[in-house]
Amino acid sequence: MRFHAEPIEFTRQPGVGAPIWRGQTADREDWLRFAISVHRHAGRLCALWGSDERCSGGGFRVHAVFALDEGWPYLTLDLPADDPVYPDLSGIFAAANRMQRATYDLVGIRHDGEDRRPWLRHGGWPADWFPLRHDANHPPAHENLPSDYDFVQVGGEGAHEIPVGPIHAGIIEPGHFRFTVVGERVLRLEQRLGYQHKGIECRLASADFATGARLVGRVSGDSTVAFCWAYADALEAACGVTPPPRALALRALLLERERVANHLGDLGMLGNDAALAFGLSQFFRLKEDWVRLNAQVFGHRFLMDSIVPGGVAVDVEARHLAAIVTQCESIGRAVKELQRIYDEHSGLQDRFLTTGPIDARLVRELSLSGMAARAAGVLLDARCHRHGYAPPPPWNRLAVRPASDERGDVAARVAVRFAEIYEYLRLIRLLAADMPAGEIRGTVEPVAGAAGVGIVEGWRGEVIVGVQLGADGKIARCHPHDPSWQAWPALEHAVLNDIVPDFPLINKSFNLSYSGQDI
Amino acid sequence: MLSLLKRIAKTGIVTEPAPGTDDMRREIDRLQDEVLNILGRALTIREVDAGSCNACELEIHALNNPYYNLEGRGIKFVASPRHADMLLVTGPVTKNMENALKIAYECTPDPKLVVAVGDCGCGCGEIGRLFGPNYATVGPVEAVLPVDVKVPGCPPTPIALMQGILAAVRTR
Ligand code: SF4
Repeated sequence: MRFHAEPIEFTRQPGVGAPIWRGQTADREDWLRFAISVHRHAGRLCALWGSDERCSGGGFRVHAVFALDEGWPYLTLDLPADDPVYPDLSGIFAAANRMQRATYDLVGIRHDGEDRRPWLRHGGWPADWFPLRHDANHPPAHENLPSDYDFVQVGGEGAHEIPVGPIHAGIIEPGHFRFTVVGERVLRLEQRLGYQHKGIECRLASADFATGARLVGRVSGDSTVAFCWAYADALEAACGVTPPPRALALRALLLERERVANHLGDLGMLGNDAALAFGLSQFFRLKEDWVRLNAQVFGHRFLMDSIVPGGVAVDVEARHLAAIVTQCESIGRAVKELQRIYDEHSGLQDRFLTTGPIDARLVRELSLSGMAARAAGVLLDARCHRHGYAPPPPWNRLAVRPASDERGDVAARVAVRFAEIYEYLRLIRLLAADMPAGEIRGTVEPVAGAAGVGIVEGWRGEVIVGVQLGADGKIARCHPHDPSWQAWPALEHAVLNDIVPDFPLINKSFNLSYSGQDI
Repeated sequence: MLSLLKRIAKTGIVTEPAPGTDDMRREIDRLQDEVLNILGRALTIREVDAGSCNACELEIHALNNPYYNLEGRGIKFVASPRHADMLLVTGPVTKNMENALKIAYECTPDPKLVVAVGDCGCGCGEIGRLFGPNYATVGPVEAVLPVDVKVPGCPPTPIALMQGILAAVRTR
């Protein structure tokens, strides 16, 4: 299969997961041209990472996952060991910028563009040492000194800077925000992230499948189900395994439960950040009920380690399915009541409406996916039937109805969360009512040298995991990608012209993952 | 407004010194008394995420839901380490957070308590091992700061967190 008459030939990845089309090239021109063509056809750049292939007789490799209406083209570009430079894509897809810089920090292969600032490397290891190279071994002795970062300077009369972080005021992950303000108004926000970088990709190298699942399930704790599913999808595609239907239905049930838990928490926090503490206590009570049932049925409040390569690790009994359905009904009623209160509360609406807006054009420019994109009128959801491919099972039999809103502001992200909760509760009830019988887990025998990519619509957006197996059948390279990579830059735009005190509210309305982006 | 009040009335007080045994209930109920006895005032906590996956934070957030109602029991999370009696630290400490964590510790007035949270923060169990020191992480919290109490778990439950906080207060 070829996309848009480009010379690269793509073949469909086997398996039941999201439709992924694999292609490869060693021609840097092809790489660039393909990216331009994806952009021209309103596509997105979803993930970009690098790998060291010198052990297996090659040089280096850059990997990119794009999105088109037909599915996800996964393209790799082989680079010679002595000249590992590839064309900069950030002029075409803004999302490439940080991913390319991270790729240099970790693998030491460079894009040919201008922005050479480090992204994940602060001062913790030397600039000429690259942790994901096969010959990296232990890092050389190095003093961990705080490093400077070249923030873009903004001049002008009355403009001043407010640095915030890495440690923030609340119970929240660390990151640094540099505001340039005039009076209270935000002229510019520049983020510096990477504080949560814990070398997960390095830990994944030479891991067995089970260990890999534990690590990938801890890339971003609030999206553990989505990450474990994408990882399982990637390995199953690589090793030619199809999980049993009951496992697929249970995965979907787990994923929807993860989405509801996060939305309940976020709606509470959003009320609180707009001075309605009542909202926090009400929604947090519902969330507590929700995660307690998770613990009772699946053995973990946040469902960690429930999805494993080949299927799922936990089965549900009929009485538990009944409890799940009953809970959906009571939570649905409570949320409806709370939504009425939120909608009628003029103080809340005043803070939500027109605050932190992004529009559909920006969504496309930044390759944004997920909830924030839908709240700006761009209806992307890998589970629904609106694209040029049939959604993967079990979504294909569920007719998922994605929620959207045109406004793109905090109010829209609140409204979409409410609408999505009702839809997720409906899906959970459908899944519970029609749970296929049978096995919950097949075995995945490693296939030496095989590769795969898994894509799952997590609660924030597209979660992607790319896996390459080595000659020993263990993981040689695994790259987990959180949708926050694309969404963090959207936050930089959303705060412009709003006032600094609105930042916590706008930030919470996206609720992005630091750990997921910093890996 | 009316519906808001109705909702409050309907929900009632759900704060439970519940789930668990009567022992646990008494334990949680004693928390505030003990804190007051030992410190002579409310306890203030500064939470520092030094490299977690964020699930430990989700459980720390849960401490303020009406079931556990930590603030209602006189235990408050504060914005600055300068106002804190205790640092509650999560994550395998990343190289990129090591300096910020040390500064937060220095800013916390003496006598201060440090509670390490989660298998990553405590360096225990399989997860603690998987997230052990590497090029990007220094190791568990005790590799950087003196730790008074460890609360293992991945993530630890809110009840375990409450017990850990109490255990730390008791060391004084
Ligand atoms: S202990 Fe578990 S939940 Fe806590 S930060 Fe580590 S991996 Fe995440």
